[in-house]
Amino acid sequence: MEPNLATYLGLSGILFTIGCVGVVFKRNALGMFMCIELMLNAVNLTFVAFSRYYADVHGQLFVFMVMSVAAAEAAVGLGIFIAFFRNRQSIDVDTASILKN
Amino acid sequence: MVSTALFFLFAGFAIMCAISMVYHKNPLYSAISLVGVFISLACIYLTLAAPFIAIVQILVYAGAIMVLVVFVIMLLNLDDEPNTSRLKYLYALGGGLGIVLLAQTLFVVYAVSRTPNQAIDPNATVGNTLDIGRAMYTDYLLPVEIVGVMLLMAIVGSVVLARRLSQPQLELVIDKEEERISEEINS
Repeated sequence: MEPNLATYLGLSGILFTIGCVGVVFKRNALGMFMCIELMLNAVNLTFVAFSRYYADVHGQLFVFMVMSVAAAEAAVGLGIFIAFFRNRQSIDVDTASILKN
Repeated sequence: MVSTALFFLFAGFAIMCAISMVYHKNPLYSAISLVGVFISLACIYLTLAAPFIAIVQILVYAGAIMVLVVFVIMLLNLDDEPNTSRLKYLYALGGGLGIVLLAQTLFVVYAVSRTPNQAIDPNATVGNTLDIGRAMYTDYLLPVEIVGVMLLMAIVGSVVLARRLSQPQLELVIDKEEERISEEINS
């Protein structure tokens, strides 16, 4: 079976589902961050597949933008984790409950 | 034929690595599994004739971002996640979300496979660095500039967030705070 557009979209959808479920299940802020990266990658795969099948370069440009945003997000997010860990001695998201009550 | 076999090999590897990433409690094992996903996705981009994106994927994701994540894991000296009971409805929510997304994926695959097959133009070279660079510096000049400014802001922001105040600076902040509180009490 030759892989066609539907195959690529299916793979992308499965990866996105795993990432989305992982964000809900993980308690660790770093784990949630990695699941978000997985979801971004699944979307990138969709862009590249459509770009291939419609012979259009704009999809790959968009992938480039998504990767830049992911890199910026990684830098700022990990800075936030370090600051959070310094205040709480843990990066468990359940301990971030200072605004509760 | 070979590219078909390679696609299914790397697709299976990507899905297995993704599942192992969510399954493992130790953040370091999750990070290593995520590197596996990134590398197999880069190989799939190669089968889609997108060499530039494949190389950038390995450089930026598997190289830069994952090194940063592993570095933070090392810096924070994290242990396994403790097995405390989380709110039960979150697990139900996650399971429901997964089922809904999987159903949507199946629907999309079904709908797309019913449409007549798109023929790939074998001479199309949209993934080449030349074409991407040309589009980047003509049609997409402003977005590329904005991305540059955004990356600069991210660098400054992460330095500001992660820095530790030195002792004199910390004392200055504490003194100011104490002055403010005493003024509030007096007024």
